[in-house]
Amino acid sequence: MSIPKDLRYTKDHEWVRLEDDLVVVGITHHAQDQLGDVVFVELPEAGGGVRAGDTFGTVESVKAVSDLFAPVSGEVAEVNGELPDSPETVNTDPYGSAWMIKIRVADLGEVEGLMDASGYSEFLEG
Amino acid sequence: MFRRVNALNKTPFFAQQESLGGRFVPFAGFEMPVQFAGVVDEHRAVRSRCGIFDVSHMGEVVIEGPQAMDAVQMLITNDAGRIQDGQALYTVMCRADGGIVDDLIVYRDSETRFFLVINAACRSDDVEHMRTVMGSFDCAIDDQSDRWCLLALQGPHSAEILSRVTDLTLGDLKPFHFVEGTVGGVESVRVSRTGYTGEDGFELYCPWETGPQLWSALFEAEPELSPCGLGARDTLRLEMKYPLYGNDIDLERNPYEAGLGGTVRLAKSDFVGRDALERVKADGPSQRWIGFRMEGRGIPRSGYPIRVGELSGVVTSGTHSPSLEVPIGVGYVPSSLAAVNQVIAIEIRGKEIPARIVKTPFLERSHR
Repeated sequence: MSIPKDLRYTKDHEWVRLEDDLVVVGITHHAQDQLGDVVFVELPEAGGGVRAGDTFGTVESVKAVSDLFAPVSGEVAEVNGELPDSPETVNTDPYGSAWMIKIRVADLGEVEGLMDASGYSEFLEG
Repeated sequence: MFRRVNALNKTPFFAQQESLGGRFVPFAGFEMPVQFAGVVDEHRAVRSRCGIFDVSHMGEVVIEGPQAMDAVQMLITNDAGRIQDGQALYTVMCRADGGIVDDLIVYRDSETRFFLVINAACRSDDVEHMRTVMGSFDCAIDDQSDRWCLLALQGPHSAEILSRVTDLTLGDLKPFHFVEGTVGGVESVRVSRTGYTGEDGFELYCPWETGPQLWSALFEAEPELSPCGLGARDTLRLEMKYPLYGNDIDLERNPYEAGLGGTVRLAKSDFVGRDALERVKADGPSQRWIGFRMEGRGIPRSGYPIRVGELSGVVTSGTHSPSLEVPIGVGYVPSSLAAVNQVIAIEIRGKEIPARIVKTPFLERSHR
């Protein structure tokens, strides 16, 4: 199971990557593996605010619906507009082209509070 | 989503399926595989080649005795008099009010012996219902669910693959007919040309302890055989608009509104629910079970509201169709709205997404 070292992780199986003052968000390899064939992704409009723990979108596989939870609070600065047209990339490239939103965070400390790769790995084994 | 399961029954194929990468979920008291390679891959394997499903959770009840025929006729809505020995019949059984207790397959072994295959989740209620309905007839009601396992071999290549492990002449076996014989060295396998996918295929019933040998023989005969889980079973049946008990039909639905009027034979001898169903037929059902395709973005799921102006209905099953590559669904709408091409809206997370009622099955049956 792929868990890149340079990312941070949530218990809801999302990953985040810091790009300057933006936090890029996606779902993990484990999450896409558990979901199975992803056929639908719904993302918010850019410009709105999110709070950590809020639902910001939806991802659906053939068999199940899963909510997407904001890992940190802030403003949705950018949305991956191509993803709803190619939802299968969530399975094939979860840490790359299947990024979902970028959040401009108020408090970078929120990112520090998330699990690192070894913490997430332990969480999965737990 | 990731919870572990304990204290569930396992079918005889658990170890073999686990070694093939099966992922298991609790289903009707069993640990059943939901997927192997992936729902879409498995679905396509069945539509283009051949897949195998462990459906041993299904229940089997044998009705045997001098009055077995009369008892079965009282139980089911369809007419058991329409089939001969070696034939099977799809039917429902109803309560007195016409509500569907279960849908089932009735195999006629002889005039005094019938083999009924019921849904696993309904097993105890079904058997209780059978005892109530058939108790006064001279026949035994024997729940043999723990003794029979069931494999479904489905897809255009299934007859050719099965012929490699049996001397039975499968070419002569028509849909909804069955024979008993030796398959893969296992004796007394009930080989039935039936299934839940819309493809040609077979359902193989054998004693619980001989199941693993049958499984091995099939995989030795065809190493490329695709093991399939409940996920693909659901998408395959939905493309054919086959109802799933508990989702699409239940005690609150009668066979006419569910589009199963063809399984109700009012002209045969008396049966449980006949008076109520006669009235439904005369008045016409107030709702109908329809199939629709999404025209906007979104996947319909069980329980989502259907809206047309002031009128409403409900989605009972939905998915992304792997064959058509569009979201499809089924549900109940008021009869006045049930025509093909009617535009409806599905309420998905608070938004009304357009959809259109279409002709069903969604996919043409590829055989027969």
